[in-house]
Amino acid sequence: MNRTMADSDSEEAAVLDNTDLTSPESENNMINTMVERETALLKKIDINVAESEKRSGKNTVNMQETYTVYLIEIRPANAAEGGLPVGDSPWRRYSEFELLRTYLLVTYPFVVIPPLPEKRAEFVWHKLSADNLDPDFVERRRLGLENFLIRVASHSVLSKDKIFYQFLTEEKGWREAVLETGFQDKADSRLKSLSATLRVKNPDKSFTDLKQYSDELNSAISHLLRVRAKVADRMYGVYKVHGNYGRIFSEWSAIEKEMGDGLQSAGHHMDTHSASVDDILEEEEHYADQLKEYLFYTDALRSVCRKHELIQYELEMAVLDLASKKQQREELTTGAVRVFSLKGMSSKLFGQESPEQRESRLAALQQSIQASEDAVLDKNQECREFMRMSWEEVKRFKEQKDRELREALISYAIMQISMCKKGIQVWSNAKECFNKM
Amino acid sequence: MLFTGISLFSGLSFLCGPFHCGPSLCGPSPCSCLFLIACSLSSCQNPSLAVGSSVSSSVVQGSLVHSPGALVRSSGSMVNQYGLEEEEEEEEEEARGGVPTRDLFVTVDHPESHVTAIETFIVYRVLARTTRGDFDSSEYEVHRRYQDFLWLRGKLEEGHPTLIIHPLPEKFVMKGLVERFSEDFIETRRRALQTFLSKTAEHPMLSRSPQLKVFLTEQDLTAIKKQGPSFLSRMGDSVRAAAIAVRGVRARPQEFGAMQDYADEFSCKMSALDKVTQRIIKEQNEYLEELSQYGPLYSQWAELEADLSEPLRGVAGCLDLCGRETEEQLRHLTEVLQPTLHQYLLCADTLKTVLRRRDHIQAEFEAKNDALASSAVSKKGDLETLKEEAAGLEERVESANSALKGDWARWGDAMRYDLREALVSTADKNQDYYEKCLAVWETFLLSQKTPPGQEED
Repeated sequence: MNRTMADSDSEEAAVLDNTDLTSPESENNMINTMVERETALLKKIDINVAESEKRSGKNTVNMQETYTVYLIEIRPANAAEGGLPVGDSPWRRYSEFELLRTYLLVTYPFVVIPPLPEKRAEFVWHKLSADNLDPDFVERRRLGLENFLIRVASHSVLSKDKIFYQFLTEEKGWREAVLETGFQDKADSRLKSLSATLRVKNPDKSFTDLKQYSDELNSAISHLLRVRAKVADRMYGVYKVHGNYGRIFSEWSAIEKEMGDGLQSAGHHMDTHSASVDDILEEEEHYADQLKEYLFYTDALRSVCRKHELIQYELEMAVLDLASKKQQREELTTGAVRVFSLKGMSSKLFGQESPEQRESRLAALQQSIQASEDAVLDKNQECREFMRMSWEEVKRFKEQKDRELREALISYAIMQISMCKKGIQVWSNAKECFNKM
Repeated sequence: MLFTGISLFSGLSFLCGPFHCGPSLCGPSPCSCLFLIACSLSSCQNPSLAVGSSVSSSVVQGSLVHSPGALVRSSGSMVNQYGLEEEEEEEEEEARGGVPTRDLFVTVDHPESHVTAIETFIVYRVLARTTRGDFDSSEYEVHRRYQDFLWLRGKLEEGHPTLIIHPLPEKFVMKGLVERFSEDFIETRRRALQTFLSKTAEHPMLSRSPQLKVFLTEQDLTAIKKQGPSFLSRMGDSVRAAAIAVRGVRARPQEFGAMQDYADEFSCKMSALDKVTQRIIKEQNEYLEELSQYGPLYSQWAELEADLSEPLRGVAGCLDLCGRETEEQLRHLTEVLQPTLHQYLLCADTLKTVLRRRDHIQAEFEAKNDALASSAVSKKGDLETLKEEAAGLEERVESANSALKGDWARWGDAMRYDLREALVSTADKNQDYYEKCLAVWETFLLSQKTPPGQEED
């Protein structure tokens, strides 16, 4: 017990002064400090998903359903506590957040769009409820949604989006506004996307690497979260069984004269020990949530890669198109038929077409080629722009990921330390009691 | 009371941590913590001293040594762990200017498989060292199997029906996947056999038993095992016992009633504790299994990363080290706490058995008394015989009662000592476990204090 923990303790306190905060607070602090008010938007406003509420209503198929809504509160930045809210303080449900995100995905395909908290509870260990209406789940979702909004608001491009601002401030009419943008038409169909992925010939190597990285990261974090849940489950079991000691010691103390007091008080410590696991594991859920966010980020990365593949594919198609048209022109002008064609055959059989016919065909082809060349230039431009912008985004994302995940690992270590400290306390107390037996 | 040195294995001093030794308290020898325990025991009114009429003075000293001796013997495994020989500890004692009050030391070790045409069994080496005059030599080495221990305990029970004899480890029961010849099972059994012999060797009366001497000294036990009370007399005993069991004792003295209640309750509690501890061990094992898969996942992730790989590997390392500490802690539970609790569970049964036997003895006497009172006796000679028999039985009752009461107190002290020590050492081990894990994670935190940017070129 007389280890030199006290020394290192104060050092840690200096470096990471979140040690004593409860996790939700520390998470918020982390978000708000890391954001550093980079964008004009965040210089103006504070974003809070302040509350949640259960609502009942009829859904699209006219069935009664219960769902949760979340209050979005916008206040002027750095205002005193009594700052008046900006806008309507709308209540939004999860599906509206999904709609917003889909809109952002389509409108800014080169951006790594921040993910939403999970739709359904996954990677649960047994004591944790998988029910979407469970208060703990709702609370963690509330934090996740707030996190999402703040991330969007701190993005240099996304923060300027009008629909986003409307989402934050306008209760009515937002849904219509977002649909009016017609983003759904602009969305690339899954089929188009998939076929591009399969058929693209020369995707940029950095993007193929990125795609591979996202897949591997996704797999690594999933696996980790799954096993973490199992470890949590087991740890819960060990701690809870110690509660039985408490009960038995208490009963046993009744028949012992000399040992009674010692046993009784030791029993209380066993109860404390058993109860402590609930808080410990609740804290760990926040760590799991941080990992989950990056798990879901891999989807956003994959989106960006797919967009690149699509544009690249379209460029390749445009180039092919141009090449084939040029070839046609060559055939027309030289009359040489390199490749078997019906036209060539029929001209052999039925005689060449008239020079006038040829001229007009050539002219049309020339125009078409011109259009194709423009298309190729445009596509090339688009491709390069996309690569440039998205690569910057990816770089920024990677820096953010490294920074934040390192912080998460550090906070995990702090949690473990706190758990150990509790254990030391309990067992040294118990030892004292046993000694008095 | 002249209390000189107590035999003590120096390696066990760590268990004495919580005791504050006052050197002036107990005589000339330098402080040994167990000393103090023995002294405090002597100062608390030990009823065995008052009641034990047939107990010799040398044995009185011996009885007060029991608790520390209990420590010594129930931690016999620790002795072997630290590799200390009795020789060393006796020398040490002599160096301290003391004379060992324990005069018989036993160890059970070297389990070996013994194969015959009919069966395979484990044979243990039993070493005995003694300074007692009634032993021809000062050192003996024999080989015994579990059945031999069973025989010995049976004989001891016969000779001392109301003494509390330490239980033997149970016969093999097919429990889950535990193999009869698994290392763990054999080791657990070996420790329990050692505890049994040690406690018997330090018991004031049992250590004088001729069967114990034979057990420790004779090379070939089989011939001796065949001797014993005749089949017919054994029959007679059991028939009589059955007859009296039907009758039951009439006027059980209140103190034995209280003991009966205690034995029942104690048995309940020990059983519950035993089960809970087993459950904790099981859960902890499963935790360890999952943990062993968890750590490597961080390493695997690290392989995908650049800057992040260092902290990820750090966490993997921490989890690995914590896993090892968990193994250690689990080992302690399995090797120290669990066996102790289990043995006292078996002791509880012994208590009940001993009380039952005492009741039988009393019932026999009451039956004889009834026969006497009913005066359905014709001849005068028969009346005289009855009176003699009654008197004999009355004596038997009295000596059984006093033996039991004395031993009960002795056993109680030993029990409290053993259980307290086991619980203290478990709490200590658990605290140690958390402290080690704490250090592991704090080291990791310190390593993260330097921003990675500064480490790169």
